[in-house]
Amino acid sequence: MREIFAELLIQHAEADERICYLEADLMLASGTGVFKKRFPERTVNVGVAEANMIGVAAGISTLGMIPFTHSFTPFATRRCCDQVTLSVSYAKSNVKMIGSDPGITAMLNGGTHMSMEDVAIMRNIPGMVIVEPIDGVQLASLFPQIIAHQGPVYIRLLRREAPVVYAEGETFELGKAKVIKRGHDVSIFASGIMVNEAVKVEKMLAEEGIYASVIDIHTIKPLDTTVIIEEAKLTGAVVTAENHTIINGLGSAVSEVLSENYPVPVKRVGVKDHFGEVGMQDFLAEKYGLTAKNIVNACKEAIKMKGAKS
Amino acid sequence: MTKIRELEIHAIDIRKLTIESIGKLGVGHIGGSLSICDLLSVLYFDVMNIDPKDPKKPDRDRFVLSKGHGGPAVYATLALKGYFDPSILDTLNRPNTKLPSHCDMNLTEGIDMTTGSLGQGFSCAVGIAVGAKMKKQEFTTYVCIGDGESQEGQIWEAAMLANSQKLDNLIAFTDYNKLQIDGNIEQINGLYPLHQKWESFGWHVQVVDGHDHKALRNAIMLAKNVSGRPSMIIMDTIKGKGADFSENKLSSHNMPVTEDMWKQAVASLEEAKVKLCN
Repeated sequence: MREIFAELLIQHAEADERICYLEADLMLASGTGVFKKRFPERTVNVGVAEANMIGVAAGISTLGMIPFTHSFTPFATRRCCDQVTLSVSYAKSNVKMIGSDPGITAMLNGGTHMSMEDVAIMRNIPGMVIVEPIDGVQLASLFPQIIAHQGPVYIRLLRREAPVVYAEGETFELGKAKVIKRGHDVSIFASGIMVNEAVKVEKMLAEEGIYASVIDIHTIKPLDTTVIIEEAKLTGAVVTAENHTIINGLGSAVSEVLSENYPVPVKRVGVKDHFGEVGMQDFLAEKYGLTAKNIVNACKEAIKMKGAKS
Repeated sequence: MTKIRELEIHAIDIRKLTIESIGKLGVGHIGGSLSICDLLSVLYFDVMNIDPKDPKKPDRDRFVLSKGHGGPAVYATLALKGYFDPSILDTLNRPNTKLPSHCDMNLTEGIDMTTGSLGQGFSCAVGIAVGAKMKKQEFTTYVCIGDGESQEGQIWEAAMLANSQKLDNLIAFTDYNKLQIDGNIEQINGLYPLHQKWESFGWHVQVVDGHDHKALRNAIMLAKNVSGRPSMIIMDTIKGKGADFSENKLSSHNMPVTEDMWKQAVASLEEAKVKLCN
């Protein structure tokens, strides 16, 4: 994904002089050296100083520039939470913040670099838009909309290889969920790498005669409440799946919408109030309950609860 | 009348309006507002390229008050400069005001950056200077930090970057009044030797009497001619300067102000102004 991101950044910066890039000593990791090579005058590497990077970006944005910043998810959010909150969001600064290696995809960097709570932190900040693109097609479609959006955006970006979920040419709308499949037994709302798992789950369940909707929530904030309520009415049972703590992430957001508008059983698949640790992605997915099997079980539980309710 | 005398008179007027606006409300950040009035007079009435009728003109010089709690002094300055009617100062910190205790660029014309959480405005000012270089704009960015604020790590992150980026379009001031909320700076978390700290961070450093308009003006002129690195002007100041009830008083950081207190202070400043005018 990092190659796709760097290409998109260059492509848009060619046409738009307002775009610049700030990095906190992770240019090698983010693969953005190519941007620096193309636009040295629009690149600032602030060194290992994320809080300052965010402030500097806010300052640059007052001149009509559109700064993109990057660090790993924990350092792009909790490390500089006050700077993101005040210098960016409170000040209405037009800054686009990339956090890479979300959740268990941090793998061998381990617990210190594995943020399970970055979405939760950013979701609490008024005015923040949160986007978690799952593949290159989606990122490419959302990218110009992220640039066009006047205000802060947090982009939760896979750095390593992304699963291919969408066909070339598929389009997406910022703030509008993507309905991948419509079923009538249960609705699965997934974000990030869990979208791919949810796609697998739909097929696994269909073999058992259970028909699931699969909805990709690529924009976690503002949330597409319309599709969530529609789906709840259609299937009456909801499962959320996120590569993140279930506290105040996608699962919480969906639960809030449903409990206030159309209460149905909701099961949340995600990290259960736990720090991360070193490990390969498969091991971590298994350990923290982020597999297709976990989603299947959650779907069956939600459907069962629906039955118990009626 | 000499330019310096004019600036001294503006500083008295800034102090008067600052004390009056806080006094009418009954409480506020008197100390850190009054210590920077002389700087504000020199910047807004002499040095800065600004136009109150066109507060957003792209080539204007910028001023960021990183110690955002000194907002009332900046509002008084902006009102005197003609950015808005001085009667607006009476709305300070009242419901739906455009003059909140800490500076907000989205509410107040003439404010160049939203500040309040200490350390952050300094990074933003560095960012503005970086952006000016990026866009090849010629303006100067001025930023004022507090001495207590200098205990924030973010200040030093930004200080390193400003030097690395050779920001000779950035002129910073430290309001070195030696007091912070809980006491004397040196007794809490010392900054001494502040001058050497900034020098070792690669900045061009000057130390001036922060209430001496001529010294401030000369220091800024010298700083503007520095090439290839940012400038720090450490202003020796007195917290709460200009009112008996607040001058050099620890309690002045955020203090209650009665009608008697502010009226007496304003009357004393009026007398001082008359003397200067004669």
